[in-house]
Amino acid sequence: MDENLKREIMLENYMHPFNKEQVNDDSYIKVNTNNESCIDNIDLYLKVEENKIVDLKFMGEACAISTSSTSIMIHNLIGKTVEEAYEYIDNFENMVEEKEYDSDLLNEGIVYNEIYKQNNRKHCALLPYVGIKKALKEYIDKK
Amino acid sequence: MNREDFPMLKQDIIYFDNGATTLKPYCVIEKTTDYYENYSANAHRGDYDISYKVDMEYENTRDLVKKFINAKEKEEVIFTSGATDSLNKIIFGFFGEYLESGDEVILTISEHASNVIPWFKLVSDLGIVVKYIPLDDNLYVTLDNLKKVVTDKTKVISLAHITNVVGDVRPIKEICKYAHELDIFVVVDGAQSVPHMKIDVQDLDCDFLAFSAHKMLGPTGVGVLYGKKELLDELKPTVYGGGMNESFDSPTEVYLKELPARLEAGTPNIAGVIAFGEAIKYLNNIGMDNVLHHEQHLRKYLIDKLIKIPHIDIINLESDSGIVAFNVDGIFSQDVAYYLNKYNICVRAGSHCAKNLKKGVGVTNTCRVSLYIYNTEEEIDNLVELLKDKDKILKEML
Repeated sequence: MDENLKREIMLENYMHPFNKEQVNDDSYIKVNTNNESCIDNIDLYLKVEENKIVDLKFMGEACAISTSSTSIMIHNLIGKTVEEAYEYIDNFENMVEEKEYDSDLLNEGIVYNEIYKQNNRKHCALLPYVGIKKALKEYIDKK
Repeated sequence: MNREDFPMLKQDIIYFDNGATTLKPYCVIEKTTDYYENYSANAHRGDYDISYKVDMEYENTRDLVKKFINAKEKEEVIFTSGATDSLNKIIFGFFGEYLESGDEVILTISEHASNVIPWFKLVSDLGIVVKYIPLDDNLYVTLDNLKKVVTDKTKVISLAHITNVVGDVRPIKEICKYAHELDIFVVVDGAQSVPHMKIDVQDLDCDFLAFSAHKMLGPTGVGVLYGKKELLDELKPTVYGGGMNESFDSPTEVYLKELPARLEAGTPNIAGVIAFGEAIKYLNNIGMDNVLHHEQHLRKYLIDKLIKIPHIDIINLESDSGIVAFNVDGIFSQDVAYYLNKYNICVRAGSHCAKNLKKGVGVTNTCRVSLYIYNTEEEIDNLVELLKDKDKILKEML
């Protein structure tokens, strides 16, 4: 994908993130995810019904990479089963960590396929994935 | 000034993160190497020549620190691993023994984590109560606002001389005078003040002072705990072991050394302490008034330029130190820092370890420029030029 197009997609998701809103509803699993440099800080709200992600929202303050990555992740996970979600997550993480992955599965998540070139920003792209794994684990443990 | 003395400045970088740590001049680096190459023995042994030299050099730094902060006695200067370590020793070794349930300690919401979390630990361990001085509109501490939170249960006021986010200089002398009339102790976190201005602990009359060597051209891993002699005598060691005991024949027969050895258990950071002495000599040669003047001049120079940029929001317009906190409208501070990094400009983004301040300023994160002796107007021109064009920031921050 063209460099400029990637930047545009990230910027669009940063300036107008998808599903960024506070949730006060007990039917959602709420998890916090923040990075070591003590600055990005995101709450994720996950709602799973019959093994399917029916809603996912977020709130918080984070950099352009973290925010856009969260927005894109949410866009892609809603409607997926828990197993499909894990498949997406694994693929995304493998891409960032320069391992083998299936690019067809990632949709616009692919815009971070060169983030490994900026080592200090990898954790930004991965931040929402740390959170969603926590939330999914909570769902599975409750079941 | 003195840029040729700093090897790091040979690289193509602009270093604006002096509140985090400072660059080291050749004399400090060479003094460290000299110890490891030429007289690398332990301290307090003295039986052979090189060991004797270690003791002389180590104690010479203590003397330099004593004069630098105008302590009354050499024994009032204790070497630690840094300001955090100093504060922990003061809070747990002295106040952990002295305070009782219900006693009140007064802090501010803009304190660094190391002057907050140890007190929180005493809240859970002893049941003390933490209170905060309300900050005024400029986020300053005033004596009047302090008086509003003092009660007959207040035992100690613990605050930074200069805060690391807002850079305001607190009226420590007035606070000490007022506090001592009510038999309240004053602990000063000097991490951001001692490196930048002349400090006279006798004039301030503070009871304890903590600061770090690495924020004033010295090595990492060295700090100072200053305390009035009569209080340090009461401070219980938090670390026990070699170098601090007279004898230990049985659990009931442990006899400790006098100050300062009693509070410096184990082999200290010898190379670091000795090299710290060079940093103090270096600063003395420049003169601390000149250090402060240079920073204030540069700060004004920076503010005058930033204020003309409409998309820049300056958090601390007024400040007597060399700290400028700002945000670019609509752009997360970390993205601004990443953008500047592409041009080899080092600024800090975040909450600067003062997470409580969120509640106070209403701004969670900021970019921080903290200046020091080697920064120049030209460097500031470069920074301002890069911040002028918001579209450029948006385009290049990713």
